[in-house]
Amino acid sequence: MSAHAGGYNADPRLRWVEGLPWVVALAAFFLMPEYLSLGARILIYILYALSLDLIVGYAGIITLGHSAYFGLGAYVAGILAAKVGVGDPLLQLVVAAAAGAVLGVTTGAIILRTRALTLLMLTLAITSVLLEIANKATTLTGGADGLSGVVVSPVLGMFKFDLFGKTAYLYCLAVLLLGWWLVRKLIYSPFGTALTGVRENSLRMHAIGAPVYWRLVLVYTMSATLAGVAGGLLTQTNQFVGLNVLSFESAGELLVMLILGGVGRLYGAFIGPVVYLVAQDMLAKQFPEYWYFGIGTMLVLVVMFARGGILGIVDGILAKLRRKP
Amino acid sequence: MNAVPAVLETRSLCKSFGALTVAADINFRLEAGARHALIGPNGAGKTTFVNMLTGVLAPSSGQIVLGGADVTRVSQAARVKRGLGRTFQINALFRRLSVLDNVALAVAERLGIALHVLRSASAHAEVRDESMELLGTLGLAGEASQHILDLPYGKQRLVEIAIALGLKPKVLLLDEPAAGVPSMESGRILQVLDTLPKDIAILIIEHDMDLVFRFAQRITVLVQGEVLVEGRPEEIAHDRRVHQVYLGEQRHV
Amino acid sequence: MEVFLASIVSVAFHGVALGMILYVISVGLSVTMGMMGFANLAHGVFALAGGYVLTTAISRFGMPFPVALALAFVLVAAGSVVIERLLYSRLYNASDLEQVLFTIGLIFIAVAVARFIYGTLQQPVHLPGYLKGQFALLGRDFPTYRVFIIVFGAITVSLLWFGIERTRWGAMVRAAVDNRAMAQSVGINTKRLFTLTFALGSGLAGLGGGLGADIIAIQPTYPFENLVYFLVVVAVGGLGSLRGPFVAALVIGIADTSCKYWLPQFGAFPIYVATIAILLWRPAGLFGRHA
Repeated sequence: MSAHAGGYNADPRLRWVEGLPWVVALAAFFLMPEYLSLGARILIYILYALSLDLIVGYAGIITLGHSAYFGLGAYVAGILAAKVGVGDPLLQLVVAAAAGAVLGVTTGAIILRTRALTLLMLTLAITSVLLEIANKATTLTGGADGLSGVVVSPVLGMFKFDLFGKTAYLYCLAVLLLGWWLVRKLIYSPFGTALTGVRENSLRMHAIGAPVYWRLVLVYTMSATLAGVAGGLLTQTNQFVGLNVLSFESAGELLVMLILGGVGRLYGAFIGPVVYLVAQDMLAKQFPEYWYFGIGTMLVLVVMFARGGILGIVDGILAKLRRKP
Repeated sequence: MNAVPAVLETRSLCKSFGALTVAADINFRLEAGARHALIGPNGAGKTTFVNMLTGVLAPSSGQIVLGGADVTRVSQAARVKRGLGRTFQINALFRRLSVLDNVALAVAERLGIALHVLRSASAHAEVRDESMELLGTLGLAGEASQHILDLPYGKQRLVEIAIALGLKPKVLLLDEPAAGVPSMESGRILQVLDTLPKDIAILIIEHDMDLVFRFAQRITVLVQGEVLVEGRPEEIAHDRRVHQVYLGEQRHV
Repeated sequence: MEVFLASIVSVAFHGVALGMILYVISVGLSVTMGMMGFANLAHGVFALAGGYVLTTAISRFGMPFPVALALAFVLVAAGSVVIERLLYSRLYNASDLEQVLFTIGLIFIAVAVARFIYGTLQQPVHLPGYLKGQFALLGRDFPTYRVFIIVFGAITVSLLWFGIERTRWGAMVRAAVDNRAMAQSVGINTKRLFTLTFALGSGLAGLGGGLGADIIAIQPTYPFENLVYFLVVVAVGGLGSLRGPFVAALVIGIADTSCKYWLPQFGAFPIYVATIAILLWRPAGLFGRHA
């Protein structure tokens, strides 16, 4: 499955392994019906992680505040459903995406003028501002109690969200498919290749005449839009929004998932959330201390020894196997 | 006197950081098709001068004219669009990309397709073909698909130049193209420079005096932010002031 | 009017005390980030460790407060040397992303260890009698412990500034912050300098965590919850600067206290908005050097 990167000599055609995630997702639907709510959560986080990979992995922007766009999407969808009375899920998603885009372009235009620590600090500050707003604007958001009463109409007027989460799962899968297709298209395009140019050497990108700042604002906005959609999906499947969607911990967790899977490889954003969320489901509630300890240790180890994440390790093993006849 | 038009010109260019003046009243002309060298001892302000020309640094006062238009307040990207290309003293390559992509990124920027998203990059055959042709003229066609960092240093220096050539510049600023290259290999760099199209105006900043005197038709000597003297290579070689401040330390040691 | 004046004095007083704590904790972060270019998000872990050392030394081992405070500094500084040599030093040349992830990993580990040993509850601070109660000054009463924090903080800050400005070690630190390669080339052992500076910065964080245990609650998620504050101090003050973070810490301490007092409905909102505005105006911070 190796790293997917654009380039003027890269073959953009689908490889057969790339069908694997979708086969697994469909198999899980039929074989593990009792885990569909976890499954939907995983699908949502994959979309969320894809949006993050676009800026962290491909454009090289480090952020600790990506939950701002995810959380905004979640709240916008929730408020539409619970307070405004807009029940159509696709319309909710479109508005959540638009909200993510608007916040992405305005905040991106601000923070991408800065670099390194200042940029990191600003992403945190922006998320904190949103968290404070969500916490205090209780009439709209429910504050610390969360926003309940989210009512979602059937998808396309036909498919009702059922108690077992079947519709929700397939609906998330369909949206993820669209998101994945867009991201994949993007990274293989000239624009995606130019982004890796910014990541590898922004000084040189300036010197070859690229308007680096505007490029970054553009990709940041795209990423924020996708994160907004993912947030909207979370609201629709949970029919509830909690403050934690906006928290720094949630942004940190997402980064952990992406690193675990592998950054800037496209499918790292698939593997990471699967491994992380399944492990969390099995371990986190029973052994919270060990869970956090494990996550921390894993991060340290990945940075020290396996900078390509799980996919990087897989690539390394495959390369070794190929070398030996 | 000014029969040949200047493609790049500075008028009374000054730059100071607080009390420190690094460029004082530099009047400089680069003529069309010129082979011009800028030399001077360390700390003479050569890199500052290049950074002002390219738009990395804003001058404190004075004017920069590129292709007849005042570009003093114009962004770096806009100067590139007007035909200004540069290379870097310390390699500024796209580190984890292939040799081909290093060059193709520049070609794509020039052709204005870098924002395209509908077709894949590899479907833009015009970018790849032009990049391959360019690499071919530099003798790097065989290494096109290699990772840039896997190339030997001398070849990396050539890619450094190739990226700038991908912009088809009218004015090319070469910041110490032979820096760090063993002297036996710097001949290869010179060879490449000799094959560059004659209509490109080239300003080279270089410490390697052999290379300078073999390449340049005109030399400007910069000392402590000021132009000490400008002239043909033989004039510079015999100028006593130049010997005192600069060549002396190089040739008599 | 008198009531209003009293509340202004009280807010300013509490704000300065909070600012002192924030500065003592964050100053090490500013220096290590400025010198080593290391994005150390786990700095708060050392402050938390200091808090636990202090509270444990007092309540478990019955040590006197001053001894416990000194212990918070010494133990955290010593422990940080081990961590710096074993882990941090391997990542000085790593990318920002790797440093960020690594230090987030350290935070997770620290949170887990803290939960394991101390549980999730806030640690109570048992102050000695002479630091409790009120202290009369100019006809007003001030809480004695806050007065102690301000005086103690001022002394620490003066010693630190004196050390950096006047000693040989300080000169080396300034040189290394200014230009690491240059410092190395004139024969400064930057490796040892880094370790010592890191230890001092972490020790100060431990001291600040202990000193402020009464104000910033000592509980496992401390390094996450207060990270924004430490980073704001450093980013607004200016990386690598000593005085910038001091001003920033005092401003933030006072602003935070005023917001909580007069505008509780907005929470920390004004602080963040002000931070964003300041960093937009001066991306390198108030006292940072502009590239």
